[in-house]
Amino acid sequence: MDSLAMGDYGAYVWSCFALAFVIVVFSDWRARLRHKRVYRDIEVRLKALEDRE
Amino acid sequence: MSQVDTTEAQREIPGILTGLAATAKRDLLLAWKRPGDVLNPLFFFAMVCTLFPLAVGPSAEQLELSGPGVLWVAALLSTLLSLNSLFLSDYEDGSLDQLLVSPQPLPVLVLGKTLAHWMTSGLPLVFVSPILAITYSMPMSVVGVMMLTLALGTISLSLLGSIGAALTVGLHRGTALLSLLILPLAMPVMLLGANAVALAANNDVYTTGIWALAAYAIGSLSLAPYATAAALRISNE
Amino acid sequence: MWKWFHKLASPPHFYRISAILSPWLLVPGLILIGYGVYAGLFLAPMDYQQGDAFRIIYVHVPSAYLSMMAYMIMASAGAIGLIWRIKLSHAVAAAAAPLGAAFTFLALCTGSIWGRPMWGTWWEWGDPRLTSELILLFLYFGYMALRSAIDDTPKADKASAVLALVGIVNVVIVHFSVEWWSSLHQGQTVFKKGTMSADMRIPLFAMLIGFTLLFGSLLLRRIRTEVLYRERRTKWVKEMILSPEGGA
Repeated sequence: MDSLAMGDYGAYVWSCFALAFVIVVFSDWRARLRHKRVYRDIEVRLKALEDRE
Repeated sequence: MSQVDTTEAQREIPGILTGLAATAKRDLLLAWKRPGDVLNPLFFFAMVCTLFPLAVGPSAEQLELSGPGVLWVAALLSTLLSLNSLFLSDYEDGSLDQLLVSPQPLPVLVLGKTLAHWMTSGLPLVFVSPILAITYSMPMSVVGVMMLTLALGTISLSLLGSIGAALTVGLHRGTALLSLLILPLAMPVMLLGANAVALAANNDVYTTGIWALAAYAIGSLSLAPYATAAALRISNE
Repeated sequence: MWKWFHKLASPPHFYRISAILSPWLLVPGLILIGYGVYAGLFLAPMDYQQGDAFRIIYVHVPSAYLSMMAYMIMASAGAIGLIWRIKLSHAVAAAAAPLGAAFTFLALCTGSIWGRPMWGTWWEWGDPRLTSELILLFLYFGYMALRSAIDDTPKADKASAVLALVGIVNVVIVHFSVEWWSSLHQGQTVFKKGTMSADMRIPLFAMLIGFTLLFGSLLLRRIRTEVLYRERRTKWVKEMILSPEGGA
């Protein structure tokens, strides 16, 4: 428990690390999401064009 | 119909200084015909200086302390307001295209416009500021420093602001974007200016700030027109 | 060598190669970060002046470093795209911006949180680095706002490239002007990085390199998406997506 408390500074230190984790994960998630969305949009449009032919 | 003597017409293309003077003169003339364009930012300046004590309380001490800062922030905001129309009317009526195809170098023409802009926005601010500075209990000697910092600083603001104006000309909701773009550029100028005045108010040495402002103005004069010209070409291709 | 470079700058090749390259950045990056976090939090000895609070350095420094590196990438990619008209370069610039903004935000937050026990306030206007970092965030926002305000992509690319270049000069100037200003007003609270012992420094390097690798993989993915979007109407994209393996 002592190592978690970080000598009274626990809240500050852990919140920083947690924030870093959150931001990195968030960035990764958003990047993946955007990629999927762009891919899907193109796919849908191309398939629609193909069906029409 | 007599033939146009083309050799005569082609003999002389106006030179650089003529181009600069011509664009400056044109903008000054336009501003003269629309005094609102010059007066409105000035009223805005006065208003901001008035709002601050109303919001924060009339304590003379506090106002004297914050005077330089408030006046400078107000000057910055007022300049931002006036920058919006730097290229706007030219863009709308097609004169901007004419500027872009002129034989004179575009940075020179841009410099002419920007100098005219300074003469119709920054310079009036310099002369109006003493009136408001007095309401902030600023002593006369400090007012002199304030006017000097404003004179030098607004030159930089007009020049740097022209870059932002060129990047956002004709954009939907360009004004807000313009402010966002110019703020980081303007911040050092304001910081130097306001703090030079504050130092003067404290009877401290303030000349470093003045030199820095002058350097900033010279730097902007030499570099900003190129950036603005590049931005104008990009915005209008 | 130039042939390789030319190939890389071609969108379909880049699209394929980046997918292969990405895990080689991500995995070592995560490993280094994992080690760095563990060592930084539990192995490194306590700081003489700051106690355990100094451990925030292990996230604050990498994020501040990345915030600036991302801007440099953004500005140089924009310049390269502007001068040599390489489309991929502009895609790199566009992809770097949101990542840079995210790390700038992280640097500001961790800096603020670190400041609270050290200086007693959540924010210190007198610190040149905090204020410069804040202006950097505004620069990122301005850049992204300009990009989204211009519909025509090539125009947006060029305009934002100009903006990014102007911004570089500005960041340097802002830093020095705030430094001058804070030297006048006493109570200068610049955190001085004193000499660090090796067991404090090694996790920091691990975190720096690890975060950079991680940033690289995130950036690659974003560039990939950017390329896909910009080339959405081309033949190679069409063939790739309609083919059985797809190209996700």
